[in-house]
Amino acid sequence: MKITQEIKDKTITISLNGELDASSSVLLDEELSKPEIMLFNKVLVDCEHLNYISSAGLGVFISHLQRFEDAQIKLIFFNMQEKVKNVFEILGLDLLMTIVSTYDEAMTVSNE
Amino acid sequence: MNNSIRIKSNKSNLKVVRDFVTNYLSPYTLTEKELNQIILAVDEITANLIIHANKEDESKYVKLAIFQTGDTFLFELSDNGHSFNQKNYKEPDLKKIISEGGKGGMGVALVKRIMDKVEFTTQGTSNICRLYKKVSYTI
Repeated sequence: MKITQEIKDKTITISLNGELDASSSVLLDEELSKPEIMLFNKVLVDCEHLNYISSAGLGVFISHLQRFEDAQIKLIFFNMQEKVKNVFEILGLDLLMTIVSTYDEAMTVSNE
Repeated sequence: MNNSIRIKSNKSNLKVVRDFVTNYLSPYTLTEKELNQIILAVDEITANLIIHANKEDESKYVKLAIFQTGDTFLFELSDNGHSFNQKNYKEPDLKKIISEGGKGGMGVALVKRIMDKVEFTTQGTSNICRLYKKVSYTI
């Protein structure tokens, strides 16, 4: 799992490259736990090169969701592969999280 | 084709198990989604056995064997760790997990939704999990 970041104004885009399982999800958890992440309005997650996600990976996002919501930080996924999106759908997480098609769409999602 | 694999209880071996399942199923024309779901179910159980049953003790192993009868695949996973009581399983309440900032409890839910039948048994110190999945494919 390779994680890269790009910052633009009050938005941070985290790009995930590889497979997010019980082993590699620890890295993502560390990344999302950094205090500086709370300085942003939006955390965008670019899933274009995320080839796999297990419950451990989903668990990392879920565990930060409430904290982000409380701080009015919007967590938005984009560029998600169908087979990865399907894993969110099996649990109904697609209804509780914001998943959009493109970066442009992610940028237009409001923080409401 | 070799139908079984044995790995040490290290989370880094989850990838090894996923690759093994991918290779085993490669002759079958499953959709990308179907293949990913099967790999995911096996990965979830393997992770549970590594982490909860074998406590990531590398002197302990997890074994996976794949069998096929007609259009049904059986994935049999076993360990030699502590008995892992699946009877305590409860359907996860996602909203509750989110509000509490929790992480866990979704793996077995995924497996149960993906597979047609899931059996957990204990034999001595070994937990055995059998996952059955019916698929339509052509070779």
